[in-house]
Amino acid sequence: MTPAQPVPAQPVPALSVEHLSVGYAAPGGTVQALRDVSLAVAKGEVLGIMGESGCGKSTLAAAMMNLLPAAARVTAGAVRLNGTDLLRLPRAQMRALRGRAVAMVFQDPMTAFNPVLTVGRQLHDFTGAAPAAIAAMLSRVGIPDPDRALARYPHELSGGMRQRVAIAAALLMQPQVLIADEPTTALDVTMEAQIIHLLRDLRATFDGAIVIVTHHLGVIAELCDRVAVMYAGEVVEVGPVDAIFHDARHPYTRALLACDPAVVDPSSGRLPAIGGRIPDLAHLPPGCAFAPRCAVALPECQTPVPRHSPTPDRTVLCHRGAA
Amino acid sequence: MLAYAIRRMGLSLLILIVVMLAMYAMVFLVPGDPASLALGPRATPELKAELRERMGLDQPFVVQVGYFFGNALRGDLGLDVWSKRPVLEQILGVFPKTLILGSVALGWALVTGVLLGCAAVVWRDTWIDRLLAVVSVSVISVPSFVVAIYALIVFAVWLNWLPAIGAGTEGDFGSQARALILPAFALGLGWVGYLARLIRAAMLEVMDAPHIRTARAFGMSESRIVFGHALRIAIVPTISVLAVGFGAILSSAVFVEMVFSRPGIGTLVTAAVEKRNYPVVMGTVLFMTAFYLAVVTAADLLIAWLDPRVRDVLRG
Amino acid sequence: MSFAADAPATRRGLWRALVAGPMGLAGLILVVVFLTMALLAPWIAPYDPVAINVKAKFLTPSSAHWAGTDHLGRDLLSRVIWGARLALGIAITSVGIAGAVGLLLGLVAGYGPRWLDAILVLIFDSMSSLPMIFFALAVITVLGPGTTTLILVIVAVSVPGYARLIRTQTLTMTGADFILAERAMGAGPVRIILRHLLPNVVGPLVILICMDIPVVIMLEAGLSYLNLGVRPPAPSWGNILAEGYTSLRQAPHVVIVAGIPLVLATLGFTFLGEGLRDALDPRGAGRRWT
Repeated sequence: MTPAQPVPAQPVPALSVEHLSVGYAAPGGTVQALRDVSLAVAKGEVLGIMGESGCGKSTLAAAMMNLLPAAARVTAGAVRLNGTDLLRLPRAQMRALRGRAVAMVFQDPMTAFNPVLTVGRQLHDFTGAAPAAIAAMLSRVGIPDPDRALARYPHELSGGMRQRVAIAAALLMQPQVLIADEPTTALDVTMEAQIIHLLRDLRATFDGAIVIVTHHLGVIAELCDRVAVMYAGEVVEVGPVDAIFHDARHPYTRALLACDPAVVDPSSGRLPAIGGRIPDLAHLPPGCAFAPRCAVALPECQTPVPRHSPTPDRTVLCHRGAA
Repeated sequence: MLAYAIRRMGLSLLILIVVMLAMYAMVFLVPGDPASLALGPRATPELKAELRERMGLDQPFVVQVGYFFGNALRGDLGLDVWSKRPVLEQILGVFPKTLILGSVALGWALVTGVLLGCAAVVWRDTWIDRLLAVVSVSVISVPSFVVAIYALIVFAVWLNWLPAIGAGTEGDFGSQARALILPAFALGLGWVGYLARLIRAAMLEVMDAPHIRTARAFGMSESRIVFGHALRIAIVPTISVLAVGFGAILSSAVFVEMVFSRPGIGTLVTAAVEKRNYPVVMGTVLFMTAFYLAVVTAADLLIAWLDPRVRDVLRG
Repeated sequence: MSFAADAPATRRGLWRALVAGPMGLAGLILVVVFLTMALLAPWIAPYDPVAINVKAKFLTPSSAHWAGTDHLGRDLLSRVIWGARLALGIAITSVGIAGAVGLLLGLVAGYGPRWLDAILVLIFDSMSSLPMIFFALAVITVLGPGTTTLILVIVAVSVPGYARLIRTQTLTMTGADFILAERAMGAGPVRIILRHLLPNVVGPLVILICMDIPVVIMLEAGLSYLNLGVRPPAPSWGNILAEGYTSLRQAPHVVIVAGIPLVLATLGFTFLGEGLRDALDPRGAGRRWT
């Protein structure tokens, strides 16, 4: 009799967001940027966070590092890195973790660096790493002649190069979680392809968790294992990329996928769009935020929405989610 | 960097040459020659001829210009028309006093201005910030010699705490320092306001920049960010302003020196103007211009060293 | 660079923005007061400013002489009021001439051949490198002190500022796409200048003038104080200050009285200039106080 195969344990989440709600104080009232957001990403996994502008994904990315702007208020929830709630850490301890345990790559490489300091000096200031280590990492991200690059100023490098430097800086201290906030949005198509290549290669060697925030379906498809779709501050659907792309359960996700120019039928002569506009985040309806624009809305969509799990590794925030 | 330095110094030199030509030529564009002007209606033809010769006015223009440039390069700015003392010697005799006055004035204005500017940033958008804004604009506008006179009335005449006249006795540092307080205060007051506003604007702009957010994302402490990264950027416009401001302060120093009867460039040149002592006036103009250009050029070179983007601008 | 379309669309909008801020309002009031004083001096001054009455010298302020009298028994209030006329007269004249000359030179520099532009820029830079007062003193040495010399000096010192502003706007305009479009449709330089350049330049020009006037007033007062500007007995504020200074200990009120209008006038124009700058800033009130 062969011994039973051990059941693989649930991967321990490197970073988990638990029921996070964040609002911004504004003259017209509080703007709810995030509402009851829960996510987890495990070591070695790449999680994509997808959504259109204004859905809260950048706020979520910032919250993952406790780097929210001064006007933001965390009204509920926690962000845990290996169990420790980052939002409640003393400032000094949080600073010690930033750049080391959790690191971020920002959207716009043109403004991400200090223009009057050399690349080498900045990276050294950020991480305390020795020039040799920095040069080695620059080489790994594909920057030619890394020793000369150290002495360069940011404006002497192209956008794609700068984004590589940003990735190198983030990886230098071997963080447990790497967060990339729209890493390719500010780049042209060629540079974007290069960065996606780079990130794919790094997946093989980087053993931490990666979170990629983007509105670009192609990036999600190329790089991510799992994807969370956000709308109006909520996570409306989470699951493996293949499952979601082929069998989306949430009406918003379905509509989003249908709008992808890659799948549009050219002979139809029309570009599909989702009618209506995103709700005013300061005055949200009691029920589903997407209901006004939903093609298959039911009367009960005006009431608070339940979260269903059609399969163990997926969740859907929809009254129709159980189907 | 070297190429930029050479270009920059070359430009300054060119400007200096233009100014020298203008100063020298000004004399000839005027009805009546300087000798007659200097001696006035009582001049006899012999006196005029003698003075003309002393001033070198009987040579062809090009020759005169040549002599002038040659002499100037050797440090000879001519002779005082009346006392026959070399002009440069007179200037160098009093310039240090004016320089000290200007430096102390700018120094206290810088320290106070930076502090007030930072206070406005720390408490931005509160009543403190708005009050500082009004105060800053107000002190900028008031003429420094009026401030000097009022300060003199209050502190030297009514309260009798500080001397009203002079620069203190030679060798007695205490009396010289005391004599410096009111003039330096009056001279620097306008600049306190200007620098406060400048620092505030520069720091606010820098602290809101995305690269500061990057630094925070890597866990840098606030003080390291402010002094290592933000100040490095905010300081650049300040240096430029200080350099230009030094020239303005030296100009205002003329009036303040007159109010307090302090020996210095101001008293030298105003006395010369009254006596139509053109060599002294012209020599002072050239000296001060050269000094100002040197300060501004040095500041520009410093800025280029601190901010590499500037060097490319001049190339294009 | 701002285009006319960005600026407040209506005059009324501009006016409202200006008086909304306390600084702009205070500046406007002060400027109006001084302009009125200058215009109406012959009628509102209680005494003849140059009438000497030695028996009444050094009187402190009283009901007969609101500001007292100076060392020659002349009424100080009248002298101050006429001083406003003189100060503003000189300031507006000089600034007007400097603005006109600067406009011309700026247009020439912007539209003309590159070598001419290079020479003009060199001249402007040279003039700016010459500390103002020293240049003024040099000209005064050669031409002799007096009101005409004073105006000449002020004009010479101010021209580079205006010329540079016009030149920059001109250069920006000549490169702008919509200007190319106009030229493609056959518009000549005059039309372009009138329809596009001038409206864009008016705002910064007015602000520059407002900020320049206090400098000019200070320069005039300063030079008059040194006895190198307006010749006495003309009641320049600078002259009054100088005369009062010599009798500082016996009659301090003279100096105090002479200084007040100088301070208020310069403050007024500066506040007005700052208020205008905030009001014309297309980025709106959020940038105020910066």
